Amino acid sequence: MPDAPVLSVRNLRVEFPTRRGTLVAVDDVSFDIAPGEVLGIVGESGAGKSLTGAAIIGLLEPPGRIAGGEVLLRGQRIDNLPRELMRPIRGKRIGMVFQDPLTSLNPLYRVGEQIIETIRTHLPLSESAARARAIELLTEVGIQGADQRIDSYPHEFSGGMRQRVVLALALCAEPELIIADEPTTALDVSIQAQIIQLLQRLCRDRGTAVMLITHDMGVIAETAHRVAVMYAGRVAEIGPVREVVKSAHHPYTRGLMGAIPSLEGTGDRLTQIPGSMPRLSAIPKGCAFNPRCPQVFDRCRIERPDPIHVDNSDVACWLAAPQAAEAQR
Amino acid sequence: MSAPPFVDVKGLSRVFDVSKPWLNRVIEGEERKLLRAVTDVSFSIGKRETVALVGESGSGKSTVAKMVVGLLQPSAGSVTIDGVDMWSIADAEKRQALRRRIQMIFQDPYASLNPRWRVGAIIADPIRAFGLAKDRAEIDHQVGELLRLVGLDPADGAKYPHEFSGGQRQRICIARALSSNPEFLVADEPTSALDVSVQAQILNLMRDLQERLGLTYLFISHNLAVVRHMATRIGVMYLGRVVEIAPTAELFAAPRHPYARMLLDAVPDLAMSGRARKMVEGEIPNPIAPPPGCAFNPRCPAVMDRCRREVPVAEALPSMPAHAVACHAVAEGRI
Repeated sequence: MPDAPVLSVRNLRVEFPTRRGTLVAVDDVSFDIAPGEVLGIVGESGAGKSLTGAAIIGLLEPPGRIAGGEVLLRGQRIDNLPRELMRPIRGKRIGMVFQDPLTSLNPLYRVGEQIIETIRTHLPLSESAARARAIELLTEVGIQGADQRIDSYPHEFSGGMRQRVVLALALCAEPELIIADEPTTALDVSIQAQIIQLLQRLCRDRGTAVMLITHDMGVIAETAHRVAVMYAGRVAEIGPVREVVKSAHHPYTRGLMGAIPSLEGTGDRLTQIPGSMPRLSAIPKGCAFNPRCPQVFDRCRIERPDPIHVDNSDVACWLAAPQAAEAQR
Repeated sequence: MSAPPFVDVKGLSRVFDVSKPWLNRVIEGEERKLLRAVTDVSFSIGKRETVALVGESGSGKSTVAKMVVGLLQPSAGSVTIDGVDMWSIADAEKRQALRRRIQMIFQDPYASLNPRWRVGAIIADPIRAFGLAKDRAEIDHQVGELLRLVGLDPADGAKYPHEFSGGQRQRICIARALSSNPEFLVADEPTSALDVSVQAQILNLMRDLQERLGLTYLFISHNLAVVRHMATRIGVMYLGRVVEIAPTAELFAAPRHPYARMLLDAVPDLAMSGRARKMVEGEIPNPIAPPPGCAFNPRCPAVMDRCRREVPVAEALPSMPAHAVACHAVAEGRI
């Protein structure tokens, strides 16, 4: 029996009511994250991956709202909590890392003040104990001379160093879950590699569960244990990272993998998926991917596929259906 | 000796003055501050070849692109295209003729199209500016052909840029760049703002167009995999200098400069081969006060005294004449 999941998302649905009707940005999304597990959420812009993250921590921008489903943190529902009960969970039990480290830090306060404030909001520590802990954290995320750097302002740090500070900030109350939304997208590759390793080490040491949202399949392949591929607000495929990267079941995942130029590749033409992601106001009937799918058949245009269990993955594709039936026989 | 290369860049440098105003300097007793964005960059591009410059932010690759295309005056050095020195032609007519043959594609397809112009007018602008068509009908015909060439519909010319997705906008930018019938395209991070599936469409399109129209590319990117896919030769830049330049296959099979090795090792491993990788240390230093000697020396695993004193000069490897590396350790055969 594996450990009980830290986070369970069940049939999550996020809607944006507009004058011209309701837009469904996240539709029927379900997944679990176990303690110490890194779940990658990957997809192109507009797939709904960031909104899924925002819905989980209760930071959806109005008029966006959760219109259905549940979010459970260690078995306890958090999606329907009132604001004042959600606030102590955010930061204490769920840490957050966003894409742009400069906008995640207040430019007018020294980084130490920001970390100490966060620590003292969530933990019963004195000012000096919190400061000692902040220095400890900054050292742990790899900032040299942390006892002096703690009194610097955010602009005095480079991009990579700022993201380390943000990581320290996310870790300071020992959260059970970290939601990292494109944590390395604004960074150079050499810095990206450092931050990924750091994130991996910290979570391994502390058993923290991580939801890693990114558009970069390479980052996922390197970091995540399992990966969910999102398309037009739904999970197209979710499974162990090796299976999804190496032998994807969903035609969209396969197209996505073929579209990435590789370092080992032959230099041939890249596989190309025709067209682009549909707008929220015009999501096709049936499977949302059907107009771009090279293997589309009649059923795809009429009926929306639900996840079907194949090998170790769940795949929302009608192509997987006969395989699943065969496996049961 | 073969014919001179189509594009020849020699000793290109650019210095930006980033000092405070004169009065502040006098009052605060500060000296002038100079940012050396590009120092002594030389490379050549043959006809129908794609040369890529790759590097992290602040390495000067976009500054080189701007100087090559003629948008930014170099502080020193020369850019010669098809035998014409771009920055020393006095004759306005000749300069105009050269400009028609060079075009640029920018990174952000949202910022590089005028939102108040129709797509047809955007693409027709270079045709009008260079007087490449006789009348309205001919312009319309050419615009339609260009739209078809980049995979859009000729009827799309009547629409405005906001009606298109990012990938389609980049196609419009490419159509605009092609409308003056150029031979040389400089693409500065043309796919960095796009999703991977759209990026693949644009990269494939650029390669098809190169084959059909016989174009020559200078391709700027921070993405090593993209560069590998597109380029015949690659120059790796670090803090304003080209530290290694080599044919693509050679560079990826056996990078020699410690920075090039590090950069290749840092790319996430999509093949999940579990290849051994060296951890990248440190960050790019401040370009206003770069370290003396080789700019990479504070991060280099093979650093020695000489690296801290002397700037290494790019030298071709004895066994590979097309592969040049600027590193003391490589020159001395230590790595």
